[in-house]
Amino acid sequence: MSTLTEAPPPLAPQAPEPKPPKRRGHWTPYWLLLPGILWLLVFFALPMIYQASTSVQTGSLEEGYKVTWHFATYWDALSEYWPQFVRSVLYAGTATILCLLLGYPLAYLIAFRAGRWRNLIMILVIAPFFTSFLIRTLAWKTILADGGPLVGALDTLHVLDVTNWLGWTAGDRVLATPLAVVCGLTYNFLPFMILPLYTSLERIDGRLHEAAGDLYARPWTTFRKVTFPLSMPGVVSGTLLTFIPAAGDYVNADLLGSTDTRMVGNVIQTQFLRVLDYPTAAALSFILMAAILLMVTLYIRRSGTEDLV
Amino acid sequence: MPFVNWLKRNLVVIAGLLTLAYLLLPNIIVTVFSFNKPKGRFNYEWQQFSLDAWKDPCGVSDLCGSLSVSLQIAFWATLGATLLGTLIAFALVRYRFRARGAVNSLIFLPMAMPEVVMAASLLTLFLNMGAQLGFWTILIAHIMFCLSFVVTAVKARVMSMDPKLEEAARDLYAGPFQTFVRVTLPIAAPGIAAGAMLAFALSFDDFIITNFNAGSTVTFPMFVWGSAQRGTPVQINVIGTAMFVVAVLFVLASMAVGHRRNRQKA
Repeated sequence: MSTLTEAPPPLAPQAPEPKPPKRRGHWTPYWLLLPGILWLLVFFALPMIYQASTSVQTGSLEEGYKVTWHFATYWDALSEYWPQFVRSVLYAGTATILCLLLGYPLAYLIAFRAGRWRNLIMILVIAPFFTSFLIRTLAWKTILADGGPLVGALDTLHVLDVTNWLGWTAGDRVLATPLAVVCGLTYNFLPFMILPLYTSLERIDGRLHEAAGDLYARPWTTFRKVTFPLSMPGVVSGTLLTFIPAAGDYVNADLLGSTDTRMVGNVIQTQFLRVLDYPTAAALSFILMAAILLMVTLYIRRSGTEDLV
Repeated sequence: MPFVNWLKRNLVVIAGLLTLAYLLLPNIIVTVFSFNKPKGRFNYEWQQFSLDAWKDPCGVSDLCGSLSVSLQIAFWATLGATLLGTLIAFALVRYRFRARGAVNSLIFLPMAMPEVVMAASLLTLFLNMGAQLGFWTILIAHIMFCLSFVVTAVKARVMSMDPKLEEAARDLYAGPFQTFVRVTLPIAAPGIAAGAMLAFALSFDDFIITNFNAGSTVTFPMFVWGSAQRGTPVQINVIGTAMFVVAVLFVLASMAVGHRRNRQKA
């Protein structure tokens, strides 16, 4: 288990890097880096350049495409698909907040209250990863099925009246509504929230809690003034790890949603793989990338953990 | 009000366990419905208990073929990403060199990029180069996106390593190679193993990037995706359940081994 629990959250801006020892071989680090960095340059950076060039091309599939610096594609794409962009940010944002609200107690439980159950709970958080996430998302179709026990219960408790009024559901069904898509997104990216939260909570010295108690802080005050601020690195990396993939996801919106819940990922996928309108698709994914990089930068600035990169 | 007090004291535990239930509910459904005998093509409604699918998991055409494609890709992607990633991690932690910041950003960016963006841009590259989409393009893509995760996992472990251990080895007249194989590598091993496991899980489960760059090659997630439109055979649930059980058993076994080792040391 130790191998799994020790896996760090990829974006965790935790301990500052210690200064590496003074250089030994002059060229050794470059030789070590060469194959991997070359791979990333050719298959990550270069494609971005191709994508950028594609987005300003015009032409057709039959006659071929040419770079014509046709920036209007960006404008056209944005003015046609802005609802999907707004929806992506809205759904992904809601799912991220829900992940934080749901994930925090579980991460806290594993870090401080689980005792000898800690490893077992940790396994149960990670193991679903090995059942394909598509299979698990399809299982939500069964859970949220029209006329199923869950929807029936929600109906009896008049929860559906409230969600209908909010526009999250429609009629007496949950499937094919925004609620179902957000539920799927929350579910799918929850472990990405729990793991970094757990890592940063686990590093907190238990004596700090005792000290807070000794100074007559009530449990809630201790949490608000000591535990939560110290877990901020986990909160930041957890929210990024859930928001970014959720904003680009098209699987949940496709399997659990309807045409009214399409997100920008669905549009990119359709344009690229079915309509074969490459410039529009490239422009759309560039806008998405830029929007996310901008939001991430602003968010990191605000939360004051700039040593992230 | 003893009950209210008990509730107050254990609020975190109750909320945490509810979240755990939310996480595990789909897995329970997948398991239960692997014993179903659906009437139509879709396995969404409970009809009747049956062991048919468990007796014949490969009974659906192409299912086990796609599973084998996925396992092969995951194996090679894990090998490639772990090898390249470990080298990068060592270079980053152990050496000071120019362009260290640039390398760090290049490692970070793929993790901060929505998958659909990477998938689309890779496809643009492959189309421009006229590459034949299939096994090789999937493998290239998987190594690319697993690489960063391996680097981060290995880096964390190597960073927490005491450099004095290596100094001690050198003081005891171990050569650089001997120091690396007998001291450095064993200490870094858990980090490398964690990175490799992460890479395997990510590669095996990846759908979005694969969907763009697979051509006509069908991996297991692609098969599941197709079946969501055409009709889902029960065998999919069988495979999902089996993978969950194998993963849990594997982790439990590795924990047991770890326990034994710790006890021997003590």
